[in-house]
Amino acid sequence: MSKNILSMKNITKTFPGVKALDNVNLEVEKGQIHALVGENGAGKSTLMNVLSGVYPFGSYEGDILFNNKICKFKNIKDSEHTGIAIIHQELALSPFMTIAENIFLGNERQTFGIINWHETNDKAKQLMEQIGLNLSHNTLVKDIGVGHQQLTEIAKALVKDCQLLILDEPTAALNDEDSKNLLKLLVDLNKNRGITCIIISHKLHELTDISHKITVLRDGMTVQTLVKGKDSISEDAIIKSMVGRDIVDRFPKRTPKIGNVGFEVRNWTVYHPLDDDRKVVDNVSINVRKGEIVGISGLMGAGRTEFAMSVFGHAYGKKISGTIIKDGKEQAFHDVGDAIHGGLAYLTEDRKNAGLIMMNDIKTNITLSGLEKISKWNVLDSSKEIIVATEYREKLNVKSSGILQKVDNLSGGNQQKVCIAKWLFSDPDVLLLDEPTRGIDVGAKYEIYTIINKLAEEGKCVLFISSELPEILGICDRIYVMNEGRIVGEMMQDEATPEKIMTCIIQSATGRKN
Amino acid sequence: MNRNESITGLFKQNMRQYAILIALITIVIIFGITTGGTLLRPDNLYNLIFQNSYILILATGMILCILSGGNIDLSVGSVVAFVSASSALFSVTLGIPPLIAVFLGLGMGLLAGAWHGFLIAYVRIPMFIATLAGMLIFRGLNNLILNGETIGSPELYITIGSDSLPDLIPVQIPNIINALFGINIEQRPFLHFTTIVIGFLAAAVLVLGMFISRQNKKKYNFSIESFGFFAVKTGALFLAINLFTVWLSASNGLPNVLILLTGLVLIYAFLTTKTVAGRHIYALGGNEKAAALSGIKTRKVLFWVYANMGIMAAVAGIAYAGRLNAFSPLAGEGFELDAIAACFIGGASAKGGVGTVVGAIIGGLIMGILNQGMSIMGINIFVQAVVKGLVLLGAVAFDVLSKNKQGA
Repeated sequence: MSKNILSMKNITKTFPGVKALDNVNLEVEKGQIHALVGENGAGKSTLMNVLSGVYPFGSYEGDILFNNKICKFKNIKDSEHTGIAIIHQELALSPFMTIAENIFLGNERQTFGIINWHETNDKAKQLMEQIGLNLSHNTLVKDIGVGHQQLTEIAKALVKDCQLLILDEPTAALNDEDSKNLLKLLVDLNKNRGITCIIISHKLHELTDISHKITVLRDGMTVQTLVKGKDSISEDAIIKSMVGRDIVDRFPKRTPKIGNVGFEVRNWTVYHPLDDDRKVVDNVSINVRKGEIVGISGLMGAGRTEFAMSVFGHAYGKKISGTIIKDGKEQAFHDVGDAIHGGLAYLTEDRKNAGLIMMNDIKTNITLSGLEKISKWNVLDSSKEIIVATEYREKLNVKSSGILQKVDNLSGGNQQKVCIAKWLFSDPDVLLLDEPTRGIDVGAKYEIYTIINKLAEEGKCVLFISSELPEILGICDRIYVMNEGRIVGEMMQDEATPEKIMTCIIQSATGRKN
Repeated sequence: MNRNESITGLFKQNMRQYAILIALITIVIIFGITTGGTLLRPDNLYNLIFQNSYILILATGMILCILSGGNIDLSVGSVVAFVSASSALFSVTLGIPPLIAVFLGLGMGLLAGAWHGFLIAYVRIPMFIATLAGMLIFRGLNNLILNGETIGSPELYITIGSDSLPDLIPVQIPNIINALFGINIEQRPFLHFTTIVIGFLAAAVLVLGMFISRQNKKKYNFSIESFGFFAVKTGALFLAINLFTVWLSASNGLPNVLILLTGLVLIYAFLTTKTVAGRHIYALGGNEKAAALSGIKTRKVLFWVYANMGIMAAVAGIAYAGRLNAFSPLAGEGFELDAIAACFIGGASAKGGVGTVVGAIIGGLIMGILNQGMSIMGINIFVQAVVKGLVLLGAVAFDVLSKNKQGA
């Protein structure tokens, strides 16, 4: 009993019409790293919101015991004072402030409201050193990468003297190397400072490495808690209890039927939109055959998104040069409209900010890029629109109350299906898929892989950008490796291994320095 | 799919639209009582239309700006004045025939709007600054052209701005409505029969259209409201339109400017809800990045939204000159704020992507009735300003709070 820093007992939280948490129990031992896993919508974030006071005491049933005392948090401030810090998936940093200012945001070093800048900067420097954030404390947050921003958030939590640090999907937006560093830091903080961590993640292989215990949630209920050293905590075992069924294979099988080259990009060079001298994409040449799924692997910032977007009707970049050849004919796509008419589709990596109109319903989102198909003389045929939307909703198995449901209220996986539906409706020959399974649970991922396979079977060219190596290896027929704006490797599926891809990246990086 | 959606479900879906309509009716009833029926007299209804038509025309253009991303146009009042001054220049100083002068005036409005559209969409100057500058520039140009003087307007402008449709059908029905209010009917002994006929036909066409659209939905097996609800809805609408035109017929009949306004509202309601262009405007306001990546030419859309606002300001300017019988250097002062307020009271979101043309019109009518009702009651104009401000605040607070409730 006394070993537990936190016990959440019989927590039940109901939203109008939905029981988000149903009698959930969570026991976190002091000084441990405790992982929380589950499919999207299983209730992980809701549970953490209950814990951190986002949902105040009284809006849920059950008890929270922190250091054996019952807690009745009215808001986040209350939980912070008790020593609980939460880092949300969407980072809470102010982009135009420096790292130091952000670290002390809401917790300023001050006397009578006047900020003590010396103390602020000194303390920030010390902290940054401790957590391995090797940047000037005066750097603006907007100028640093996501990995460093994540570290800034952790520093922010540390100055609040937190005993329990909750991280919601900390590595979702990080590349493998940054992820590793972050996890190392967590282990470090845990060992040296005795900070207890709760970590929520979809990346199971990370969790199995670092956590002492893993609690699995499913449909708002605790399924089981696995203890390292006692239970077997293989990824497969966790996935099985997350989805409540055996996933025999995480990637659906397919026999590729590969045809001629359907899409080719030659000597593609793109400059940064704000910096004329900075090459973001450097002389990239790739091709995709009909019916082939071609992966582009690489670290975050390798230029993959920039490449895809610039190909997609110059949606990104400046001074773009190179040729696009589709079905043997050279194409010039001057804007996104051209590209869509030319048979291209680009599924964005950022579905909330750049893919969907969150306040609109499923129907409106699905038809957005194919309005000419449901209109005559620019007048919309609303009956046709309903028919089309209904058809695609069923085809892609979008779980919703109907086509009039707002996409804002859908889970991540279903939102992504709406995004895909939108591009399927525009009937492209070439699909540029940018991180199509980011932030999506295992079950929905499988469904999306199946859809992608089906598209390839129909003879479409699929370009698949992903930062997750297992996924690239599992689904692509051929893989390009990209780093620092250049293609640094190409391999067929059967010869590709994670090590080989990483070697390509590392060698190319050092090769450049020389 | 549930074929007959429940009335409560339907009501919830369109809560904002119904709420604003109920608010309008409530305000009419309240002022009907507090003014002892004066507000409801035919002549007051007639005046209400004249006093608010140009604001409603502006609101019809403004709602497009707001839909396209919470953009407002602060310059419209000044563009109204600028068009009014250029019309004076064309029709009076230069002696160009009024009909051509009217079209030239529309062209000047388009130019002013295109100027803002160019600055905002292509030069990327923030809309607030571009239109604030426009507000100063076009007000200044107006004064330069008019030399600070008021010039009388030609007949055509007066016909557009302050005349009514002539009574073409020689059927005479005694003016029972004015008699009902105990008003001396010597001035207008008969009802304006043409107005009654037009109202009836318009209402009939509308109801028929709604019925056909319902049958269409039925054919495709889409969800529709129950027949009872449909009958009540269309019946109420039919009655309302007829009551409205019969009431007008007891005064001077159908104002020309109302015909113009109705035409514009129909066109823009159609444009926003049924056309690709309309969908593009909503998409731009809903999420600019997503719209751009869906192949929508976002800059072009933004440009045309402002260019269109210029044309609407020109229409309003021409109507206003006709209403005043003159081209005035003071024309259009403060109109922009009334038009913006009308849109927000009518349920538009300050972030863009949400709102309707009809909502903006109802919002404008609420403002207009508040004005007129309070004026009839003899309430101090400073108090009136406070009340209008509170109504705007209340309407938007209602939106924000109901949204928060949904999100919880």
